[in-house]
Amino acid sequence: MTLDEILSSLFPDGHEVRNDKGVLLGSTTLRSGANMLVLGVAGRTALGVDEAIRLSGHVLRSIGRDSGPILVLVDSDSQRMSKRDELLGLNEFLAHLAKVLIHADTNGRPTIGLLYGHSAAGALLATGLATRVLVGLPGADPAVMDLPSMAKVTKLSMEALEEKAKSTPVFAPGLSNLAQMGAVHMTWSQDGSLADQLEALLADMPAVRDGRDALGKARGGRLKAADIAERVRDLALQAR
Amino acid sequence: MEDLRFEHSVSARAGGSRTSAIVGVVASGNLEVLVERVLPDTECAIDIKTAAIGFGEVWTAVIGDFVERHSPGGLRFSINDGGARPDTVSLRLAQAVRLIAENGQ
Amino acid sequence: MTAPLKDITPAERARSTSFYEASARTRLELLLDAGSFVEFIGPEQREVSPHLKIFDLPEQFDDGIVVGHGRLDESPVFVAAQEGRFMGGAFGEVHGAKLTGLLRAAREIGTIPVLILFDTGGVRLQEANAGELAIAEIMRAVMEARAAGVKVIGLIGGRSGCYGGGGLIAGCCSALAVSEPGRIAVSGPEVIETNRGVEEFDSRDRALVWRTMGGKHRRLLGAADVFADDNVQDFREAALELIGLVGTFGLDKLTAEQERLADRLRRYGACQDAVDIWTAEGIAHAETVPELPADQFIALADRIGRTSRDAR
Repeated sequence: MTLDEILSSLFPDGHEVRNDKGVLLGSTTLRSGANMLVLGVAGRTALGVDEAIRLSGHVLRSIGRDSGPILVLVDSDSQRMSKRDELLGLNEFLAHLAKVLIHADTNGRPTIGLLYGHSAAGALLATGLATRVLVGLPGADPAVMDLPSMAKVTKLSMEALEEKAKSTPVFAPGLSNLAQMGAVHMTWSQDGSLADQLEALLADMPAVRDGRDALGKARGGRLKAADIAERVRDLALQAR
Repeated sequence: MEDLRFEHSVSARAGGSRTSAIVGVVASGNLEVLVERVLPDTECAIDIKTAAIGFGEVWTAVIGDFVERHSPGGLRFSINDGGARPDTVSLRLAQAVRLIAENGQ
Repeated sequence: MTAPLKDITPAERARSTSFYEASARTRLELLLDAGSFVEFIGPEQREVSPHLKIFDLPEQFDDGIVVGHGRLDESPVFVAAQEGRFMGGAFGEVHGAKLTGLLRAAREIGTIPVLILFDTGGVRLQEANAGELAIAEIMRAVMEARAAGVKVIGLIGGRSGCYGGGGLIAGCCSALAVSEPGRIAVSGPEVIETNRGVEEFDSRDRALVWRTMGGKHRRLLGAADVFADDNVQDFREAALELIGLVGTFGLDKLTAEQERLADRLRRYGACQDAVDIWTAEGIAHAETVPELPADQFIALADRIGRTSRDAR
């Protein structure tokens, strides 16, 4: 689906979401009458310092002024890989965006990520993975690491990597692999109305507590993470 | 990866009271040695997982020499090896024995 | 003749031990009050990565991170130290989950600070999806802990620096201390060069790497509040200082951070090189900054460097 198709299906009664050089900023009124803040990255745009500061500013201006959930649309490249971005402290800008989203979510503004295209590495951490619920659309193709780069580092052939990828979701790109990890909570259907599916999700939002490790365990993608975290937590609570 | 296991009978219990110790890191040309006081006083076991395949004879010699020098009775050694040279292996084993021979936990 | 080891005080040993060169375990031993460290899920538990054997790679019994509890000037602290020599200190499933669990406990208690000794290249490639998600969980756990009143202090001075998702976690911390070799960035030099070409970034130009991503630049920029000399005692003192300085987290911190970062873009957004930024910050002979010894640099940074205090 194109961005315009997605926005029309999500917000059939209209919206004020503008795409300015790959940075999505805006808001809409849901059928329930609630306001929803919208932001995101479109057109496989790299997320650099200039984009990140606009996105975080959009959320911060809304906190305290508006109410309602926040939607983060994601079709990005990786973080912008450049001397200038690193010189200016890209890690702080990306972290800041994630922090603002997490703060909003834990303070009455539930956040939903909608991964409808590509994303990778630091860009995904600062956007979709910083929301409470990350939803995938069919056709989304996230890649924490792409197989050619992996082949280079691991000195394995593409064929060998593709063969390994069949038996484990832990390293290979793709929406279904991230879903099995617990990173993507659900995949929506593009045949039905996205507005209906958004409404259903908002009516039944998971608890604010981060349950992605338990989800990954239940789906068989991350068998150890939840248990290790829980064991360390218990030991730390006893040690005090 | 290749798994190797050595078991030796030794004459004396290793000194000290610590129950476990760890030295080294797993990196290219380096290894970690975890040592635990879990065996009867006259036994010693060494379990090795190594990235360098086909060096069984070298390990046999290095371990044999180590056991004779240090008499590490009661100790089980578990090694993760990133392809270390024999002298590095001997050094880490000696460090591990020295550490567990300290008093404490 | 050197003095026998037993006559050296722990502080003297920490002072003479390079943080950069030391292992994660040695850093913790010398950073904390002597003998106070207790590890959670130590190496004898053998909780290794379940994924490395897919790639026929060696495992490490602690999966490259040491987490636990100890004392700093007699006050309790939680600590996590990454081992930068094992898989570049990268985040995998088990490695990340240990830190997540520690932060969750800290949040529930609310009063015990957490020290994170970063030493990482970012996501562990062989378990990239699990590592990426682990970093996302840690970022959320850091922020939830801070919101509950916990001070989360990052110490950065290891051989693998603090790259990739590690840089984002560092950006979530209450405060950072960094030494000159403690690089902080998202994309590493080789990654930029591979993707954008040597004209964009020459990864073999070490001076360029240090002045773009190194500790001195991060301190002058205000990304880190304390500059430590490369020894464990300096990092111990930095951790104590920062625990004393950090205030409570709230929306005001994020609003101030937005302004701090926007201001940085306005002032330095057109600069081509770190030397241009330092010159714009008012440093005379900015090109000499990389050569300044630690004490002179700290004096300069305290006079001119920016701070992120109350704005992060």
